[in-house]
Amino acid sequence: MENLKLLCTQVRRDIVRMVSAVQSGHPGGSLGCVEYFVALYFKVMKHDPKNFTMDGKGDDVFFLSNGHISPVWYSVLARNGYFPVSELATFRKLDSRLQGHPATAEHLEGIRMASGSLGQGLSAAIGAAITKKLNKENTYVFSLHGDGELQEGQIWEAAMYAAHNKIDNLISTIDYNGRQIDGDVDNVLSLGDIKGKWHAFGWQVLEMDGNNLEEVINTLNHAKTLTGKGKPIMIIMKTEMGMGVDYMMGTHKWHGSPPNKEQTEKALAQLILDGLEEQGDY
Amino acid sequence: MEQIVVQNEKDTRSGFGEGLLELGRTNKEVVALCADLTGSLKMDAFEKEFPDRFFQVGIAEANMIGIAAGMTIGGKIPFTGTFANFSTGRVYDQIRQSVAYSEKNVKICASHAGLTLGEDGATHQILEDIGMMKMLPGMTVINPCDFNQTKAATIAIASHVGPVYLRFGRPKVPNFTPANQKFVIGKALMLHEGVDVTIFATGHMVWKAIEAAQILLQKGINPEIINIHTIKPLDEAAVLQSVKKTKCVVTAEEHQIAGGMGESIAGVLTRHLPAPIEFVGVNDTFGESGTPEELMKKYGLDAIDIVNAAQRAISRK
Repeated sequence: MENLKLLCTQVRRDIVRMVSAVQSGHPGGSLGCVEYFVALYFKVMKHDPKNFTMDGKGDDVFFLSNGHISPVWYSVLARNGYFPVSELATFRKLDSRLQGHPATAEHLEGIRMASGSLGQGLSAAIGAAITKKLNKENTYVFSLHGDGELQEGQIWEAAMYAAHNKIDNLISTIDYNGRQIDGDVDNVLSLGDIKGKWHAFGWQVLEMDGNNLEEVINTLNHAKTLTGKGKPIMIIMKTEMGMGVDYMMGTHKWHGSPPNKEQTEKALAQLILDGLEEQGDY
Repeated sequence: MEQIVVQNEKDTRSGFGEGLLELGRTNKEVVALCADLTGSLKMDAFEKEFPDRFFQVGIAEANMIGIAAGMTIGGKIPFTGTFANFSTGRVYDQIRQSVAYSEKNVKICASHAGLTLGEDGATHQILEDIGMMKMLPGMTVINPCDFNQTKAATIAIASHVGPVYLRFGRPKVPNFTPANQKFVIGKALMLHEGVDVTIFATGHMVWKAIEAAQILLQKGINPEIINIHTIKPLDEAAVLQSVKKTKCVVTAEEHQIAGGMGESIAGVLTRHLPAPIEFVGVNDTFGESGTPEELMKKYGLDAIDIVNAAQRAISRK
């Protein structure tokens, strides 16, 4: 577990360095979701990083609906063995497989659906979950969504569908950091009783502290035990946008802004790697 | 003119329904999704015979496209069904990101396209769908002309790996394509060899072009009639080969002139073989309520409009 916590720090260093290198990208939400991605790929999902297939037959599959937090996904995929860590240096650059928002056209291992235009990933995850049922697989589909993304109507179309049709091999999570580009979600367009809403739509609702690695692992594993009971599962995951970098926390300002050179050095000075075996900056 | 046998009058959407049912029996990976228009799309036979492979999504087209895209992961071949308006304009971004950009093997099947939807009026009479779909990289766009061809096209697209937009309609129209004719995506079909003008038609306008040819022949004009059932990829070789001979062109489609098949053909000719071209289509206006026949007449999509366009094209040679 200590090694995984250090890996979270490594991923945070990757995120800061990736967006800093190209002076573009979304560090805030990425930093907030590090524990979720590390837990999912290193502890929770059944998958084979060295033999990625688009069809993912026999594997658990994951969909990132809020595609702008691509830096955290790319870092964790690389650190997990999907593609060389050195490729992180190409993020958002010309001819890269690491597009600003996740894409399939460049055949980056680990990605099955383009995302970025918000609200579409839950539908895709439901589709993949249906196919797994049709193929008689006992595997899970995971998906992650932003809280601001819940303002998109398609999410609620999908929410109705999944409950009505008992898509109970689906474990979705909302990154509930309370912030979006224009400010606090509560000021832009409040979500109200977010837990009550998903409950009313017919989902099994769980909650977790998304920046507590043990709690994330335990909750995701607990969610697996709740599948197959006729209800899709939604985990409301409280996170801190910008987690791990003091000046990026407590504000929405780092949603889509990169740190400058001085700020980058300040951030990296706070993300100390000490004792992590076989890792290191790309 | 060679004899074209009208076997009966049938709606193209029923051709889709029969093709889908046959696919259900022959390809276990084919699944179907519908947004509360099962009867209108003639998908009820598939639903009845394959209830486990039919997915009613309710009035939620964006979700339907997304689910279809997700279902391809693991090998399914989803056919989505709703009206053409709700198959394209309503869900353009979903198709763009989750289907086209994500290179998903989804077949978007769209009924009630164009003016011949009739009395429901302009809210439902989409005339921009071909344009929207043909602009998407990797998207195949097919607009068959009658029942038999729609059935054959439905079956053919299941074997094509990649996203397809299949457009068909509501009214009963002459069914004249041979029932056993193989549908080859991207291969234009010669219906009558002529010398004076080439009429490229798609969808319901193919029959109008045949009617126009009979009038033109009486006037001593021998037009070439070509059925462009696949608008993208366009059979450029067939276009160029014909126009090399006839040296002028009419295009006919139940769609806006802007963004339609005619502009695709004009593009090919402008690049390789400039020739006078006249466009028969809807000219920058919405439709309205009325019977299909009344609407086709009022908006300039009748056989006589093709005849007049042919004469204008010939006079510009």
